Amino acid sequence: MNLEGAYRLDPRVALRPEPFGALAYHYGNRRLVFLRSPDMVRVVEALADQPTVADALQSVAIDEKRWPSFVSALTDLESSEVIRAR
Amino acid sequence: MLVDDLKRGLDAPICLTWELTYACNLACVHCLSSSGRRDPRELSTAEAKAFIDELHDLQVFYVNIGGGEPTIRRDFFEIVEYAIERGVGVKFSTNGSRIDPATARRLAAMDYLDVQISIDGSDAATNDAVRGEGSFAMARAAMENLAAADFGPFKISIVVTRHNVDQLDEFEAMAASYGAQLRVTRLRPSGRGADTWDELHPTNEQQRTLYHWLQARPHVLTGDSFFHLSALGEPLPGLNMCGAGRVVCLVDPVGDVFACPFVMHDEFKGGSVRDAGGFTAVWRGSELFHSLREPESAGACASCGEFDACQGGCMASKFFTGIPLDGPDPECVNGHGEAARLAALAGGAVLPTVGPGHSKPGSGPTPVRLGRKPVGAGSGLT
Repeated sequence: MNLEGAYRLDPRVALRPEPFGALAYHYGNRRLVFLRSPDMVRVVEALADQPTVADALQSVAIDEKRWPSFVSALTDLESSEVIRAR
Repeated sequence: MLVDDLKRGLDAPICLTWELTYACNLACVHCLSSSGRRDPRELSTAEAKAFIDELHDLQVFYVNIGGGEPTIRRDFFEIVEYAIERGVGVKFSTNGSRIDPATARRLAAMDYLDVQISIDGSDAATNDAVRGEGSFAMARAAMENLAAADFGPFKISIVVTRHNVDQLDEFEAMAASYGAQLRVTRLRPSGRGADTWDELHPTNEQQRTLYHWLQARPHVLTGDSFFHLSALGEPLPGLNMCGAGRVVCLVDPVGDVFACPFVMHDEFKGGSVRDAGGFTAVWRGSELFHSLREPESAGACASCGEFDACQGGCMASKFFTGIPLDGPDPECVNGHGEAARLAALAGGAVLPTVGPGHSKPGSGPTPVRLGRKPVGAGSGLT
């Protein structure tokens, strides 16, 4: 996972909006993952339409100072198969 | 904190327990729903499908189907297939009696379906004393059939009791032999379990052993049901909180919606899926459900240093043993539960009426001696 990578939501994952962000449920591995902020949800949803992670972060106006924390959260989402490289 | 977000409740449950029928060919002595006889008012196929439509609209990811024995319903497959088609995953619990080789192959061909075979002893003697004669062989045959049909990792589900807690390693080996996943959950004093809990619930020492056993095995599923044990040290994996009315609930065979999957009692009933507005209106509008999302008081546990870890334990276990809901769990690992229970009873607390529910009259094995008579003769569940 790095800023230049291209990702998308795993097609077996459903996102359900909640006040704190969203629930992500993976119908394949049956894992439930919590997206803990509305910004994180927007980033995850932007991944598929943007060439890179950096573009996705930029497209939803995430301050560059916060990018490292988003990359770390996206790393976790990749390991739980919520997002995948494309 | 995530837990704080969840305590305020979600727009819809993460998952819910749906008891499909009260009919059962067994008569387990700890049955949470006092099942046996079908209720003539049970949801029709059309009502069941309409409920599934609601779950789809609410984006409830999966339902835990149980009973009774859910596979006894003639429309069982119709309901399950409809749910899966609508994106509502299904995990169902069964005693295995209907999982013959053909049914196992049919199940293996379905996506988004989990099967849980219930068994409560690693040998026939231990299991059958609780679940009835022949039920061990029945469950093992179902496991054999699922494995032969290449179902994949089905689940073997154990309710931990005083008599099987020493068999956890054997259960683990049993699961491994089938490539299955082991799931262990907590015994609650609900339904017929109210009458047998005294003799079946693990001792304090056994709870400690169980805690360490689970700590060493994060892959063993627990339904996050042992969070009261987190007072013993590092929290167990999973959500350490009561999810009742916040992230889970229960719908019974006649469509009544209860906040807690383990309390099918009027005091915890928020409404019915048959009411105007259906399930959604109950989840979002019921006063009871709203009250459960208010910040709770630590009550009698406020002075205990472990409250943050155990959250005061399980509401159902307190409710059915007469302990106030802001009191300690009856199985409090620091021993506060037993004292609270005796104090509540000495103070005149009346235990909730359980009654026979849908138990078959005089039927079924009662190999576990009843420790006390049911408190009321009425029909708490009907």
